[in-house]
Parts: sequence; C-alpha cells; structure tokens
Amino acid sequence: MSDHLVQRVASATPPKLARRIRGVSDRTIAWMFVTPTILLLLAVNIFPLIWTIRLSLTNFRTNRPNNPVEFVGLENYRKILTNPDTWASLQATAHFLIWTIVLQVVIGFTLAYLINKKFRGNDLWTTLIVLPMMLSPAVVGNFWTFLYQPQIGLFNYFIEFFSGVDPASFSMIGDVSLAPWTIVLVDTWMWTPFVMLICLAGLRSIPPSIYEAAECDRASKWRQFWTITLPMALPFLMLAVLFRGIENFKMFDLVVQLTGGGPGATTLLTSIDLKREAFEKWRTGFASAYAVILFVTVFGLASIYVKALNKVKDR
Amino acid sequence: MELSKEYEAQSGNKMHFEFVPWTSFADRMLNELNSGGKLCDLMIGDSQWIGGAAENGQYIKLNDFFDANKIKMDDFIPATVVGYSEWPKNTPNYWALPAFGDVVGWTYRKDWFSRPELKAEFKKKYGHELAAPATFDELKQVAEFFQNRDIDGKKVYGASIYTERGSEGITMGVMDVLYSYGFKYENPDKPYDMEGFVNSADAVKGLEFYKSLYDCCVPPGSSNGYMTEGVDAFKSGQVAMQMNFAFTWPGFNTDANVGGERTGYFANPAGPKGEKFAQLGGQGISVVAASDKKDAALTYIKWFAQPSVQAKWWKLGGYSALRAVVEDPGFAKSQPYAQTFLDSMAIVKDFWAEPSYATLMQASQKWFHDYVVAGHGTAKQALDGLVADWHATFEEEGKY
Repeated sequence: MSDHLVQRVASATPPKLARRIRGVSDRTIAWMFVTPTILLLLAVNIFPLIWTIRLSLTNFRTNRPNNPVEFVGLENYRKILTNPDTWASLQATAHFLIWTIVLQVVIGFTLAYLINKKFRGNDLWTTLIVLPMMLSPAVVGNFWTFLYQPQIGLFNYFIEFFSGVDPASFSMIGDVSLAPWTIVLVDTWMWTPFVMLICLAGLRSIPPSIYEAAECDRASKWRQFWTITLPMALPFLMLAVLFRGIENFKMFDLVVQLTGGGPGATTLLTSIDLKREAFEKWRTGFASAYAVILFVTVFGLASIYVKALNKVKDR
Repeated sequence: MELSKEYEAQSGNKMHFEFVPWTSFADRMLNELNSGGKLCDLMIGDSQWIGGAAENGQYIKLNDFFDANKIKMDDFIPATVVGYSEWPKNTPNYWALPAFGDVVGWTYRKDWFSRPELKAEFKKKYGHELAAPATFDELKQVAEFFQNRDIDGKKVYGASIYTERGSEGITMGVMDVLYSYGFKYENPDKPYDMEGFVNSADAVKGLEFYKSLYDCCVPPGSSNGYMTEGVDAFKSGQVAMQMNFAFTWPGFNTDANVGGERTGYFANPAGPKGEKFAQLGGQGISVVAASDKKDAALTYIKWFAQPSVQAKWWKLGGYSALRAVVEDPGFAKSQPYAQTFLDSMAIVKDFWAEPSYATLMQASQKWFHDYVVAGHGTAKQALDGLVADWHATFEEEGKY
C-alpha cells in the first residue's frame, strides 16, 4: 500500500474510531483474528465432543424421541468393554491396521527409493503409481469385489496362473481365513502411493552434499542407506505411518463395499460396528460411549506417537 | 412413476420420487424419519418399520381417514394388512395402506428341467421326476443334481440363495426356510419368551439345511449375495433355481436370456413335517407425520386405493394387494407367475416389526452369517446366541 493511500485511509477514518483503533494493543488484534477460528473449532469440534460424552452417559436413542432420557452412568462403557464382540472387532481392526501399515511402509518406501533414482519414464511411472489413491474408496471396493469374484475375477485367475489352483475353488471374500487379507490387500493397493509420495519428499529433502561426503569417506551404498537415507527420511516415514494409522483406524467405506464386515464378523472393523450401533440400531447413548472409547484410544496412541516423532526429528 | 401420472393429471399435484437402492434404503429413509425430515410426504417404508414409525409418531394413523373415505382393510389380502398396516399386530390400528404385496419364492429353469436326458438321469438317480420341488429335501436334490453340471458347454450351479451380510439378506433367506421347519419367534402363550421356539430342534435342523444348501449348491463366490446378485446369477444362466422376492419375477418373464417359457416359478416348498411358509416382503404406503403436505398425501392414498388404479398397478408390473384384483377369475392366468404369487402370499410370515427391529435384525445377520457362511460353531450355538441377543434386546426395552 502506498503512503499516499495510507494517508487517505487515515484521513477518511472518523476521529472517534481512529482513537479507538489507536488504543488497541497487538495482543487484542491477535485475539480479534484468532477468535472466529476458535469459535468455529468450539462449535464443530469441542461442543460435539462434550455433547457426545454427555450422551454416552445416557440411554438416549435418536429414534425414540418420546422415551425419557435416563442417566445411566458408566453402564454403556461397562457393556462395551465387557462385550466379547467389541474385542473381536478391535482385534479385526488391529490386524487390518498393523498389516496395512507394515506393507504400505515397506512397499511405499521401496517404490520411493526406486522412483528417486533418475531414469527414463520416471514421471510417467510416478503418475501411474499414484492413480489408485485418486479413486473413490467406494469405487475401489466395488471393482475389487469383481476382481475377487471366483468365476470371472482376474485375481483368482492370476493366482491360478502362478499356482495352478482352480480359480473357482476359493473365494477371497467368502473365506474366513482369506477375507481379512483381502481388505489388507486392497487398502495396500490403494494407499501405498500415498506413503510413497511422502517418502519421496523425504528422500528428495536429503542434501546431495551428504552423499558426496560419504562417497569421499568411501562409505558403501549399503552403509549410506542405513546411516544417511533411512535416518533422514525417518521423520517422513513416521508421518506417513501416523496418517495411515489414523485413517485406517476409522476405515469404513472400502470394507463395507468389499465384505460388509463378513464372513460372519471376520472383517467387522470398529467403525462399521460403531456405525451399525449408531445409525442402524439407533442406540445413540451406547454408540456415543463406543465413539468416546475409540477417540480416547486413537488420541492416546497418536499423542504417544507424535512425541516419538518429535524426538526423532530433534535428533 | 408411470401409474402416478394419472394422479398428477387428476389432482394437479406433482409427484417427485426418491429412489434409493434397497440395501441402503433403511439407512437413508430411517435417518429421514428420525430427523423429522420433510423430504417425503409419502413413504413406501419396509414392513418392519411399522412398529417404530407408529410408536415414535413418524407415520400418521389412518383409521379415521379410511373410515371417512370408505377404504376397508377387509378389501386387502389379510397378510398384507397385518404385515404392512397394523401396529400393534392383529389390532385394527392402521398406519399404512398395503401398497406392494411381496413374498420370497423361487424361479427355476423350466427349459433345463424339461430336457429328456436330464429328466431320465434325475429319475434314475432320485426315483422321482425332475420338476419344481415340493419339499426342501427335493429342492436340495435338484440343486445337487445341477451343481457343476455342464449345460450347453457352460458350467452351471444348483441354486442362488440369500447370503448378504450388511443389511437383511441372509436373515430373509434363512427365515424363508426356517418357518417351514418349525421355527417360531416366540412362545404363543408368553410373548417374547423364545427359549425352545427360536432354538427348537426343528429350527436347528432348518438352519443346518440352509448351511448344507450353501455348502453344496451355490455358485462360487456367493458369500454376500442378495436380490441383485440372485437376479444376475439367474439371468446369466448360472443357476438352475433362484430364491428371490416376487417383485423380481416380471423382469425374468421379459428377459432375453431366460424369459417366457424358459423360466418357471414355484412357492416355497414344504419342510420335513409338511409345514409350508414363506418370508413376507413388500411394503405399505404411509403419510409422514413431519410432512407439510399431509392433506395432499392423503389424496394420493385415496386415489391409489381405487380398484381401477390397483388393477392398472398390477398390469404395469406392481403387485397389488387388493383382493378385487388378485381374486379376479382372470388373475391367476394373467401372468405366468401370478398363481405362484397367490400361493406364496397365502403362506407368509414376517420378521419382527417391533420398534427395535433393526437391533433384532443385526443380531440375526451376525449369527446366521457367522454359522452359514463363516462356518463358525453349530446351528444350535447360533440359535442359542440369537435367543440370548433377542432376549437382551427385549429386556432393554422392558418387554421381557
């Protein structure tokens, strides 16, 4: 803004208002800017959280507006934590979470490491690899159901090609021992590119001069990888794990589309279970308690993890 | 939509329709009802919603309206009145007009069944004719006979049955069989007491039968199939028989691959003791209490209840529940599936229509899928678990 314009604005400001503004401290101005954001956060995050905690202590049901709402204390929490189905659901979620993260980190980092090498068609490969993560999870779930179809699905024919097993003799989605791996496989196919991109950013942030110095010291490629590449890319890798961990803890659409939680309750992840309690059975109080338990679990684990991440970054 | 054009012309009211796939229908529409939404003035809701919608004031009671407009429930098929309109059941409190009669029945490949070489082979093997099965044992024999058989150079399978996990699929399929095996929802002398009824020895046998049918005679990959998957399996010539709701039948009749004489229809076969029941489907049409246009909505119901409109409804492919239509002497021969529809509607039973039906349904979905598809435990354990869950639900409701 030119001085001329500033003078014009100043002279056009009514004297009373000008006096008031002159009296406002930097701190007040900061609050003026921050307050709308804080109010918005309170409205869309904090208030619903407090309301959910309040509901979790009642027997409220959204579909029974005429029923009296009774305070039930920690009864909902007790029911959830002593229900074997809840623990089975948490186990299914843990299996999904751990294996997707392990596979996505290993494959994603490997792909990033390879893509980071300059070669012909590098950009084309990067674009092709990231395509799956651009698709809608509902679409991915739907077409993988076809890929897994024993009679017409390409997946079973792919397995037959390498193993000779009759494609119609096994059903990835319908078999209790295979179903948990089908959802791991699809999620890994879809989200490994995301991990790869974060790792790629990490690898590209390592200054070449460090490698040049290592070369001068005659460090082998193996040694360079373990002492330079991995430690310096580790904060990025950990960030990817955090993002994927939080995201997969609340995984819903992809799995509902693929298996509907079945066979039986084999792939019934906590988010699917929670949705059924809240919006099919309409046990709002119970579902609120369930949501609070899941929130505390994720929040607690994420907090510990972020502390570890900060330590790694500070090293 | 086609039918309603006449109403639009007569009344001047414009009708808009909200179409939702069935497996998402309850999610979408119960959310609408529970939130007091005004999206719909009329709701063709599932029969099982009637208890909740009535008790929670989501539908308006239609008794006075029916009386004022001389709409008599005696004019409709009794099972549809109980199933779609009444709450509490078997009391004259009406919350819907029966709109679409529906029931689970079976289709079969009449052209395959009539092949002389197959007929001869079947008779030699089982000692009776290859025909639409009269009992569930016969149904399994037919299914086994066709399983993995080569027909016209293509491998085919015995039967398509309901196995869907997410909404209500496997429950509809299992119940369709269990009723004829002797399953009962509760002690007739002590409501909500289910011990020995839901998990009776006969019911256990019925559930074991359903699993055996799933294990032996369905196409590979049938672990999560409902109406659409059944239609696809039948139309693509994969299966010899198919369990499905009657509303799908007009589609087969006109299909290029399986239409006309190639498809036959039969009502649910009998169980081991000769009992014969079928799972009710279908819906009533109700006026949403939150609507601002209740009067206009009622004019639609009045128009829809007219015999001439109901006759046209059947002609267009809808299943009228009006007795004047279905008891017309020409009805049974008006479509190849009309007689089977009548036979099936005469033997219907329905799932719980309690306000807590969704909780009851989720429990049966879990136990049935866990036993039939996942193969966990025994039929007895599954039904015992179901009794425990259903008792807990009614206990929470203060009814048990």
